[in-house]
Amino acid sequence: MREYVIIGNGSAAVGCIEGIRSRDTESHITVISEEKHHVYGRPLISYYLEGKTDLQRMKYRSDDFYEKNGCTVLYGKKAVRINNDSNTVSLDDGTEIKYDALCAATGSRPFVPPFKGLDTVEKKFSFMTLDDTLALERAVTPESDVLIVGAGLIGLKCAEGLSGRVCSITVCDLAERVLSSILDDPCAALMQKKLEENGIKFMLGDSADGFDRNIAHMKSGLDVKFDVLVLAVGVRPNTALISDIGGMVGRGITVDESMKTSLENIYAAGDCTECTDFSSMETKILAILPNAYMQGHGAGVNMAGGDERFTNAIPMNSIGFFGLHAMTAGAYYGEADGGEMYEEKTDGKIKRLFTKDGYLTGCIIIGDVERAGIYTSLIRERIPLDSIDFDALKKSPALIPFSEEYRGKKLGGVI
Amino acid sequence: MKRVFVNEKWCLGCHLCEYNCALANSGINDMVKALKDQKIFPRIRVEDNGKIMYAVSCRHCTDPICTKSCISGALSVKDGAICIDRDKCVGCLTCILVCPYGAVSTSKTGLAQKCELCLENACASPACVKGCPNKAIVFEER
Repeated sequence: MREYVIIGNGSAAVGCIEGIRSRDTESHITVISEEKHHVYGRPLISYYLEGKTDLQRMKYRSDDFYEKNGCTVLYGKKAVRINNDSNTVSLDDGTEIKYDALCAATGSRPFVPPFKGLDTVEKKFSFMTLDDTLALERAVTPESDVLIVGAGLIGLKCAEGLSGRVCSITVCDLAERVLSSILDDPCAALMQKKLEENGIKFMLGDSADGFDRNIAHMKSGLDVKFDVLVLAVGVRPNTALISDIGGMVGRGITVDESMKTSLENIYAAGDCTECTDFSSMETKILAILPNAYMQGHGAGVNMAGGDERFTNAIPMNSIGFFGLHAMTAGAYYGEADGGEMYEEKTDGKIKRLFTKDGYLTGCIIIGDVERAGIYTSLIRERIPLDSIDFDALKKSPALIPFSEEYRGKKLGGVI
Repeated sequence: MKRVFVNEKWCLGCHLCEYNCALANSGINDMVKALKDQKIFPRIRVEDNGKIMYAVSCRHCTDPICTKSCISGALSVKDGAICIDRDKCVGCLTCILVCPYGAVSTSKTGLAQKCELCLENACASPACVKGCPNKAIVFEER
């Protein structure tokens, strides 16, 4: 019997639990959960505001999940130190928990730049956790004017969630376009238009310089009055528990393909880690839920003595606003970097496929997203484009452009 | 576990499987009442380029990427079959972004839908298989 300890209680932790249980159904698992909630789908917080889910339905696993999996969850407890010489974790209440194998699934926290006068703002929120969301929900009224700093995924999903519940929503961002981490200019313009049609106002290329109670002084010199402020500038991985004891940390916790950190018996998974983006081979923090789950699963299997390697993580996002869906995956190489682009553009829809050296490396699809996963699989599985009829495939995602043998295997066999 | 398999050499491209699927999942017994003049949302899809034709539906993968990627926990594996909890799905469509076979689609309501082997409707076995006139789609153990 072994003792497994997981620090964190998000999707990476669930992946870890399910990974452990795929090999070891006996040993005990302790989950240290700073948040006092049963595991929930973190990206669902905006859907909660929108009324598309509720506290019960947004649970990521069933109510009896921990019990069925032999887990003890320590809610409201914070891990303050890993004692890797004695294989224990110290909690903020003074208790020490012993581990044979440990997984740091500590996630990330909001990055709040040192704005002048931020302390004078009465109603200010981050938008990362369920508690953030419930506090924000209590603070807004139909009369509220909301200012959101940050036009990334978090800021814009927050805007969509609040739409219809408040008087006005303004989103500002230093970047010149929305969703700048996943969309290029024309695609961002299309999404921005959809958001504007639904009443969201933008101040791009401009951001708050400082605050004075309910007024934001913008870098451009403009003043914006607001009742409620949401800060969605960015996130930072929680790496301190590992770096404090000399574990390797870059921007995120360094892990190998089996999710091992540089420290013995200590693994890490999810938004707290950095890993290789298989589409660009660059080291990155890929803070997306599928990645967190798959890393967590690999960590769990390996903690229990198995051998699971996760080698093809890529950035990928499916995000919709007011019914317009955008799907993005991989790396977008421009001509200067030896890349080529195929584009289809019709009113309100766009498809951009990025190829390089005979492989699909990335795609952006807005509007008609059906079967987009066929493109994603070309990127993740690095399928040579000369082995398929890419001219047919780029027009319409389907399996016909693949070889008869491939189809026979996939559609006629167990996969 | 039994799965739905297709043999592209036998497919006639008649699209009956799509209609039978849409009917089976409509909750209505009568095909005319259920489907006439309606845009149908089947969970199986016929690909046809004039020379090659066959139907594609969920492969119920042994190591599915959709369940691992689902942000709401709506997709799960039950006794080998990949099922979707429509109450939990929020329609983010991450499953469509990751399915290598294009086997997940959007339903009439904008949520995700996929073949659940007719386990959750009134049919006892997959309607696409039962209605296939040339036995190009089969439900069996392989």
